[in-house]
Amino acid sequence: MNFMTRRQFVRVTTLAGSGLTLGLMLPGCAPKQAASLAGSSATHPFAMPFVHIAPDNTVTVICKQLEAGQGVWTGLPAIVAEELDAAWSQMRVASAPAEVPTYGNLALDPKGRMQGTGGSTSVANSWMQLRQAGATARAMLVQAAAQSWSVPTGEITVADGMVTHAASGRKASFGDLAGKAAGVPVPEQVPLKDPSQFKLIGRGHLPRLDSRAKSCGKQTYAIDVGMPGMMTAVVLRPPRFGGKLASFDDSKCKAVPGVVDVVAIPRGVAVIGRDLWSAKKGRDLLQVRWDESAAEKRGTRELLAEYRRLAAGRKAVTVSNRGNADAALQHAHRVIEAQFEFPYLAHAPMEPLTAVCRLTADHCDIWAGDQFQTFDQMNAAREVGLQPHQVSIHTLAAGGTFGRRATPDSDYVSEVAAIAKATGGRYPVRLIWTREDDITGGRYRPLNLHRITAGLTADGKVAFRQRVVGQSIIAGTPLAAMMANGVDPLAVGGSAADQYDLEHASVSWSSPQVGVPVLWWRSVENTHMAFSKEVIMDELAEAAKEDPIAFRLARLKTRPRHAAVLKLVAEKAGWDQPFAGGKGRGRGVAIQESFGSVVAQVAEVTVSGNDIRVDRVVCAVDCGIAVTPDVIEAQMQSGIGFGLSAALYGAITLTGGRVDQSNFDGYRVLRMNEMPKVVEVYIVPSTQPPSGVGEPGTPPIAPAVANAVRMASGIRLRRLPFDLAAARRA
Amino acid sequence: MSIRLSVNGQTRELDVDPDMPLLWALRDHLALTGTKFGCGMALCGACTVHIDGQPTRSCVTPVAAVAGRQITTIEGLSTAAGRAVQAAWVSLDVPQCGYCQSGQIMSAAGLLASKPRPTDADIDGAMAGNICRCATYVRIRKAIHQAAETLAAAPQ
Repeated sequence: MNFMTRRQFVRVTTLAGSGLTLGLMLPGCAPKQAASLAGSSATHPFAMPFVHIAPDNTVTVICKQLEAGQGVWTGLPAIVAEELDAAWSQMRVASAPAEVPTYGNLALDPKGRMQGTGGSTSVANSWMQLRQAGATARAMLVQAAAQSWSVPTGEITVADGMVTHAASGRKASFGDLAGKAAGVPVPEQVPLKDPSQFKLIGRGHLPRLDSRAKSCGKQTYAIDVGMPGMMTAVVLRPPRFGGKLASFDDSKCKAVPGVVDVVAIPRGVAVIGRDLWSAKKGRDLLQVRWDESAAEKRGTRELLAEYRRLAAGRKAVTVSNRGNADAALQHAHRVIEAQFEFPYLAHAPMEPLTAVCRLTADHCDIWAGDQFQTFDQMNAAREVGLQPHQVSIHTLAAGGTFGRRATPDSDYVSEVAAIAKATGGRYPVRLIWTREDDITGGRYRPLNLHRITAGLTADGKVAFRQRVVGQSIIAGTPLAAMMANGVDPLAVGGSAADQYDLEHASVSWSSPQVGVPVLWWRSVENTHMAFSKEVIMDELAEAAKEDPIAFRLARLKTRPRHAAVLKLVAEKAGWDQPFAGGKGRGRGVAIQESFGSVVAQVAEVTVSGNDIRVDRVVCAVDCGIAVTPDVIEAQMQSGIGFGLSAALYGAITLTGGRVDQSNFDGYRVLRMNEMPKVVEVYIVPSTQPPSGVGEPGTPPIAPAVANAVRMASGIRLRRLPFDLAAARRA
Repeated sequence: MSIRLSVNGQTRELDVDPDMPLLWALRDHLALTGTKFGCGMALCGACTVHIDGQPTRSCVTPVAAVAGRQITTIEGLSTAAGRAVQAAWVSLDVPQCGYCQSGQIMSAAGLLASKPRPTDADIDGAMAGNICRCATYVRIRKAIHQAAETLAAAPQ
């Protein structure tokens, strides 16, 4: 039967929830047209780079960031709607094409040469750009109305999507004025609102623009894309990282009904079938010899032994150095020595990596939950032998990413392009990674080992020395230019030396060469740096016989944002009241600044036997102006749940270079019954520009829980994931 | 081999491998893509559909095993419980990435069909098989309680 009907393919092109069909993905469009939004101008007479207004009175915000759950399809339209004085009900959203510098991320590169989503920068880098885009469109609508009605612009008001001239009683919708507004000169300077005039931003619950589609099974992800004649591919990859294909025998594989092609690509062998099931069945019968001469063959045990050696050794680069930690530690009267271990972690987004590629002689179309459009465009072009401008990236909603879809070498996008090239573009092809491919496929949060020596001097000052051992994420990638003085900031940022006013603090880093590929994982270095920092601060407070929050506040005197967040979380958690816990209960606190935001959390736990249950989490956040408070609350809850997964269960281990886990049985993640029943989120009022919310909720939860477990059980947890039985034995 | 399925009240004829999991028959051959692939081993619940009203993991259910049974996917969910659950999901903005939510909703609708006023423990029991990596669990719990209230208030 037909793989998918034409009607269904058209459905893919409809932006779910919006009712809006853009011309850019319709079958039959010339590929060149498909590359831009120009095809939509017929239905959108008013088409600026970020704002389209249609005769039906809908306003479509062109979103340059990937929606992966973090809420940019709501937050970015809110910014435009605010300055435009639109009604929330008329707002729609569509993904931007891959086009720099127009849609470049200004936080990743101020010149806009890099389109991509990451570092919790979506709202922050779009803030002024979209306010100006909204205000510019508003000014043009007002100008159009003034010309139509022959009245001065100063007498015209705009509210809730209506343009009004009160004196004459004339009114027009944005849709009515769109055509005329498109013809007025674009003003060079437009006034922006004072934040005190905001009506939408920070003013309660703006319903997400994608909730309805996502609650009806109508949101289209890359894995849902279908088109006539499309085939589905899976890839068999080397079982050890760094392995290469030596030879393969596909005779049994090709005998599987539905298997169409088997081709070698740079990263393995692709089996292509008429559906996922036949491709997967075929892959199971593929016989492959791998050349593992250059493969990583060490397991976690060997790696940790090497890391421990490096932690104690002299070979390291200096990250920061204040005061004289070595000398102060020699005279400190209480010294704590501690070693912390953090495993590799898989991102495991619910939608496995998937991309669709359609290749013709002079054009390549990619559909993906695309997070790094510029890199993906360049890498796909290289794979298929075209120029980047001949590659169109159609960014769809992603079923989660947590960093996984942003790879400098575009792993899965490169793969699908290579498959399309190897099969001569004879059919559109969809590549699906199975869950096993995902869990065993690398790109993990790096394995890390920290060795910390910290103490209190006789006059109550903190001396702190930390050695971090962990792989660099950016070394060897085009982003290595971010390294300064041999230090990868994405490996060692957010330390105690950076985040507290310590008199003596030194941090050094040792970066081993390991063949396991690593990547940023929600909040990147903060996942491990915040943990050791906040656990050590608790240990120091305990040594000083001081309250953990008071102890921290005394070392945050030059950091009013941190202090305010910590005071707010203390107040909301009832920290000044004795903890009505009882046996086996405890509470703990932690704080971390990341991605421009400061988040503190208090966790309340119950320990029974070796079981840890988190009952309640109180969270305070300062993320600048809170654009969409309901989304911020959701992101804090999400970050907490994601961090708890890692704290309680998450670990990728290797034996002899092979990954031990393969699915959600071995790689356990947090489930409904394990989520705290109560998660309270409080936002510190702010007039500062917005900062990150997608990632900063994650770092504090693991140390907050560890500190709570100390109170509940007397056990200090320094190894992740938590294993109380092992910690009791240690 | 031809297999006759009843999906969302319609009879569909399929020529596929009888071992093919229902999930892939729905997605790749009937273009019902609202039901999602997450693990392929009944570990995550993203593929949950109703078979004769019972929440079932379609990723491990051979298509031949459900011939003649009533299959309901998210696209065809129209029970009172289902509609109440979807309305609560929208009003509380439960979804984030949204990918697991079809399965969450099918499980929640199944729960409310058998237990119209579920306790937190009931919710834990019925929903622990559905993973959400965005950890929307707090809102899912709230939405199930809200849907239960909607159903209780509705005229019978």
